Amino acid sequence: MERKLALKVDDLDNVATIFADGIADGAKVEVRDKKGNIEQITVHGNVPYGHKIALCDIEKGAHIMKYGECIGAASCNIKKGDYVHVHNLEALRGRGDLGGGSES
Amino acid sequence: MSYTFQGYRRANGKFGARNLVAVIPSVICANDVGQAICRQVQGTIGYFHHQGCCQLPIDLRRVTDTLSNLGQSPNVGAALIVSLGCEGTDHERLVEEISAAGKPVEIIRIQELGGTSRAIQAGIDAAQKLVQEISAEQREPVDISEVIMAIKCGASDTTSGMASNCVIGYVADKLVDLGATVVFGETTEFLGGEHILARRAVGGEHGPVGQKIYEIVDRMEKRAKSVGEDMRGGQPTPGNIAGGLSSIEEKSLGAIVKSGHRPIQGVLEYTDRIDGQKGLWIKDAPGREPEILTGMAATGAQFMMFSTGRGAPQGFPSMPVIKICGNPNTYARMQHDMDLNAGRIITGEKTIEQVGEEAFELMLRVLSGQMTKNEALGYYGSMDIFCLGPVI
Repeated sequence: MERKLALKVDDLDNVATIFADGIADGAKVEVRDKKGNIEQITVHGNVPYGHKIALCDIEKGAHIMKYGECIGAASCNIKKGDYVHVHNLEALRGRGDLGGGSES
Repeated sequence: MSYTFQGYRRANGKFGARNLVAVIPSVICANDVGQAICRQVQGTIGYFHHQGCCQLPIDLRRVTDTLSNLGQSPNVGAALIVSLGCEGTDHERLVEEISAAGKPVEIIRIQELGGTSRAIQAGIDAAQKLVQEISAEQREPVDISEVIMAIKCGASDTTSGMASNCVIGYVADKLVDLGATVVFGETTEFLGGEHILARRAVGGEHGPVGQKIYEIVDRMEKRAKSVGEDMRGGQPTPGNIAGGLSSIEEKSLGAIVKSGHRPIQGVLEYTDRIDGQKGLWIKDAPGREPEILTGMAATGAQFMMFSTGRGAPQGFPSMPVIKICGNPNTYARMQHDMDLNAGRIITGEKTIEQVGEEAFELMLRVLSGQMTKNEALGYYGSMDIFCLGPVI
């Protein structure tokens, strides 16, 4: 059976990127970090190839981290294993709609 | 270890990877005549941009500067300027500056020649003569330190920052260590990662180069925010979002990986040329392909290494573009457009270093004359010049 692989880029990250097709709600993926450590996580939601899941619970407003850097903030409470994308991740930069309140 | 490629020595001491006659319309209104000339005469390419008249003086200078730099590019052996006669760009300056770089230059003026058909005939005669004149030039061994590589990513997805951009970063570091020049840009795609770049600046984050990096990112973000919308309607693109990129920050952090790890020597304006500077440089240019590819070719780059995840097929008229594909599924679907499969890093078959070495070897072959896939397919027509003010 094909391994369902997800990659965590940096130790500070709270999301991992799935590189497998057909990941449906309830699927288990192998999250691997740079050192080769592996953690099994159950995915909530259907996650397309190259999209992200949460590696832990993330509170609304908390930073979402990838590459060890902030890629946005949680726009609602996110549970470990949840699909993370534009529906629950809010960009903090380039936000002309926020009227200047977007300094990072 | 020393490396060489087979290139064309130019009169101004630069070295080209191609030997083309550039047909340069000084204004959009001359494009049709230029296209007719290019269709007829082998060995020509055209810079069919959309600028050159009814623009503010700063932009008209910018268009003239860019066309002049393109004509002086080391891949260009000779140039034919196609002028309408009433445009806002300085077509006579194009002739002077490209001639001063030691290249044969001809000019035709459509209004003065009596219209389209006469201009096409005169242009074909002139281009034919130029092509024959430069066609006997021979390649010779050129040291790797003469390489000027432009880098860019387009149609990105989440594989770009984890595979294809890492490969380009590997090549960039290796070229810088060998004394060559590397230029990257896409200022929009520094948003969220600018602090990482600024810390890599010569003189540190608080030195003039580091501060300049913050300044160009701030300028680009203000431009984007000035219309009062969430940038996410346009950056990341719908394709980036479908590919898993959730914010400009995520896209940027993956994008800057392609610049490698070496110190950043300085920031070039859009119309600046590399004249002997070595090491890693930033060119302040937006992310969209036609404008940044033009800016990079005008910098004097002999080729571009271009990373993609979703599959961007296009090239540039006078600059070979090597496509490094990070997504193994895209490579399988689009391998006639993609030059190298970095998706093997995602699948675990190869390391970044292994694919990086393959990319380096491919680069030497392309610099020596091997066509990239987009060149062989003739997919290199789109280009434009990044202007600042409105069309008036």
